[in-house]
Amino acid sequence: MDAVDAVFCPNRSGAVSNPLLDQLPSYQSLLYRRKSSGSNSTKRRSISRGRYGSTSSHSGSGRGASLRTEERPMPARSVPDHRLARELPLSLEEKRRYKEQRLQQHGELSGWAQWRLSSRHYLKRLKEESVEALSALQLWRADIHLIEGMFGTGILSYFSFLRFLVLLNFVMFLLMFSFVMLPIITATHTTSVNSTFANGGGGECSVYPPRDRQGLVNFHQHIIDLLSGTGFLEQTYLFYGYYKVENIHFLSFSYNLPLAYLLCTITYLLLSLLWIVKRSATGFKRKLVQDEERFQSFCNKVFAGWDFCITNENAARLKHSSLLYELKTDLEEERIRQKMAERSRKEKCRIYSLRIALNLFVVAVLVCCFYCIYSATIFSQQKQAQCQKCYFIVELIIEYLPSIVITLANFITPIIFSIIISFEDYSPAFEIRFTLMRCVFMRLASIGVLLFSLWSQITCGEVCPCGYNHKVYPCWETHVGQEMYKLMMFDLLIIASVTVFVEFPRKILVNHCNCGLVKWWGQQEFAIPQNVLEIVYGQTICWIGTFYCPLMPAINTIKYFLVFYIKKVTLVNNCRPASRPFRASSSTFFFLAVLLIGLALAAVPVVVSIAQIHSSRACGPFVNFTTSWEVVPRTVSQLPQGLMAFLYTLSSEAFAVSFFVITCLAMFYVIALAGAHKRVINQLREQLAMEGRDKRFLIQKLCQAQADLSAHSSRSRSGLSYRGNQKSSTSGVYVVRPLVQYETQA
Amino acid sequence: MQIRLYRNCQVEQEGEVWFALVKFVSARNKDESNQRLCRTNRTNNTMGATASKLPKDQLSEYQELTFLTKQEILLAHKRFNELLEREDRQQIGGSRVPMNKILTLPELKSNPFRRRICQVFSTSDLRDGSLSFEDFLDLLSAFSDSATLEIKSHYAFRIFDFDDDGTLDTGDLEKLVNCLTGEMDNTRLTSEEMKQLINNILEESDIDKDGTVNLSEFQHVISRSPDFVSSFKIVL
Repeated sequence: MDAVDAVFCPNRSGAVSNPLLDQLPSYQSLLYRRKSSGSNSTKRRSISRGRYGSTSSHSGSGRGASLRTEERPMPARSVPDHRLARELPLSLEEKRRYKEQRLQQHGELSGWAQWRLSSRHYLKRLKEESVEALSALQLWRADIHLIEGMFGTGILSYFSFLRFLVLLNFVMFLLMFSFVMLPIITATHTTSVNSTFANGGGGECSVYPPRDRQGLVNFHQHIIDLLSGTGFLEQTYLFYGYYKVENIHFLSFSYNLPLAYLLCTITYLLLSLLWIVKRSATGFKRKLVQDEERFQSFCNKVFAGWDFCITNENAARLKHSSLLYELKTDLEEERIRQKMAERSRKEKCRIYSLRIALNLFVVAVLVCCFYCIYSATIFSQQKQAQCQKCYFIVELIIEYLPSIVITLANFITPIIFSIIISFEDYSPAFEIRFTLMRCVFMRLASIGVLLFSLWSQITCGEVCPCGYNHKVYPCWETHVGQEMYKLMMFDLLIIASVTVFVEFPRKILVNHCNCGLVKWWGQQEFAIPQNVLEIVYGQTICWIGTFYCPLMPAINTIKYFLVFYIKKVTLVNNCRPASRPFRASSSTFFFLAVLLIGLALAAVPVVVSIAQIHSSRACGPFVNFTTSWEVVPRTVSQLPQGLMAFLYTLSSEAFAVSFFVITCLAMFYVIALAGAHKRVINQLREQLAMEGRDKRFLIQKLCQAQADLSAHSSRSRSGLSYRGNQKSSTSGVYVVRPLVQYETQA
Repeated sequence: MQIRLYRNCQVEQEGEVWFALVKFVSARNKDESNQRLCRTNRTNNTMGATASKLPKDQLSEYQELTFLTKQEILLAHKRFNELLEREDRQQIGGSRVPMNKILTLPELKSNPFRRRICQVFSTSDLRDGSLSFEDFLDLLSAFSDSATLEIKSHYAFRIFDFDDDGTLDTGDLEKLVNCLTGEMDNTRLTSEEMKQLINNILEESDIDKDGTVNLSEFQHVISRSPDFVSSFKIVL
């Protein structure tokens, strides 16, 4: 390698000794031209020719490295026409010159080509201006810029994720509002539009006793109603039960509200899925393109490690230390991984058995938590029915008992998980990821357990006339909506109260108290994973709850709006930047992956309740149907014949099987293609390395020959004339001559 | 007529009035350039910026040649003005700000690469890292949100190339890592760790195995780096 270095990195002052090197086309295309003392270019900045590709035919001129800037008006074929001036890595002055030169060239083109080019530029301009205008409308731009400057891009990704969720919830609200609520509102307030109300056909199933509080109502009972969605909130647009409309007859057509309700539900789930996938597409693409063997973390961390947007000195210092920590940890991890690969058989057995035991323990902890949630829910449901005259606080606690138990479980289990994982002897990065996965599972599964326990109460075991427990829950969907509402409210209360009652006092204590315990506790760090889990939990509740509580996206939008400001205040005032860095890119991917898991987990209960559970007969738009899904087949059967046949074929087994087979074939093809490409890439890599070695070998030989020749010529300089040898030694075609001369000499 | 123009322009501060008068007197023969000045003053005052000494055609030329929006160019103008000496503020086009003044900008103050950035973007003959206003715009354009990945990776390569030889060799990489971890002695990696790190970097990025990373290899590795675009950003 040293001999190679000598060839490739010659002493710059003695560059004359290897003019060959400067003539190599690849070298010319990569090297910046330095301002040589002889040239009269006024600009110091040299132009990299890599922009124009390696088809730099100018380098073969053999005149040496420095081409003048005045000679830069290149022939048109080597300069791509459509390239905008600002996409070139040149100084402003040079870009101006390039633009003028290009305008000149365009002047020579025909009128049609000119018009086409100018219209293309105009459209590009228009697009940019619209993007600029849209981005000026972006919510919270100044706040996020401030956070970025103080804390870097890791925490910034959390806040832009929050902004994305606010937007998503707002769009969901608009969807539900315009298709479900607006028709009813216009129906109730306009005389020309009337609606047919649905009735469940009478009978005991359609009895819905009003739950309003009668008589004199205390103030604290209003508070309870506000916080749990009962009482005066129950028979409002907030909950499913209010939408007891079957058809709305506008002037020219009839609006089928149950169908609209169901389709809105399906639409918002699909819309969320598409939007999240689109947002994660860029990050995912990069992850797929990455090499499989190497996680490519080092290049990413070194070349893209520094956040250039940091403006705060404190933050810069912390960033330095976090980068140092990260690099050290990664190097350490590589050493550990090498050691782990060399583990003996006995060691492996011991570790695997330990891991199995600990995982069983984790499963046991999870089962225990789920059982607690289940029993708390059952207890709460039973007590709610009995407790009409209870004390205010007791009633509130009973209403909120499932939420309290879930929050407690989600507070304790991460601590247990982080203790357990230290015994399992994984590499540090994997430890973090695995703990996070367990916490995610715990959080999202607790909602599932709550719903399961609710459903075990709602559906009756023995034969029941209405298909559900109509005595206790005449309108069970509203009830489920109320539970979701309670979960959401409690979540917001917890976030606000933890900030006010835990984080601010902690900061005051740390700043003013000097005792050892407080110093060990230290200042609050903004733990991104836990915060992200919190908001994904809230979003999952919203997705499940929107079917039962159509105004929930609106409430969620307001909730996340408040959460943004709460988190920003606590971040700026109480927190120090994390000592363990959280990379922006992997974090965006992580956030969206967790959100997708939440969406999948939310879709399951909604789909099950739509398709399986009998809709209540006493309230809601689906009183005349057995299940909520039934509205779709009934509507399809009323469609014209051709369309109906088409839809039936779409849902038939033949179509599904063939669709599945075709998708599998496409997938296999793409996988095979990717494998082939990978092989080609590896071959090309080896070839490149080999070419590099060939080039170095040849240059070495040439320089050797050159050195021999000059030694020879200096030895026998007297009496022999070398016609044109001096000149030819600097040109490109000198290989043959010296050898010939040498031979004739010999 | 001058006073009427003054009223129309709604110029507020005394210095700006004086400047507006001077501009009017000097551009007496060109009525429409005056009207242009008034219009830009009005639009700038609605944005709350100082009176613009940037004529509209130059503004649109800058918009075309850089990735910056109009507001960003005007903000850059204002900030650059503040860095200039009082007497240089008239001809903003020609004057250069010395490097030590540029480094007082809060966006660059805590940046470990601040000197390299100034040297890379400077077009000064003296190679002292001083920036003219156009160099400053180039800087902001390369670091803006809408700059292409090619531009960013090109300039990143030049910033990281500490010895300006066109490739990132071991010395460059070592200096780069030391910049990242902090300038103090106790914040450096040990020499074995440094060697291990540089070996890993070269293994990942050096395709032709010549021991250095050239521009195309760098651009290739950057195109697969997910963090680069979001971290290589400076917004005033």
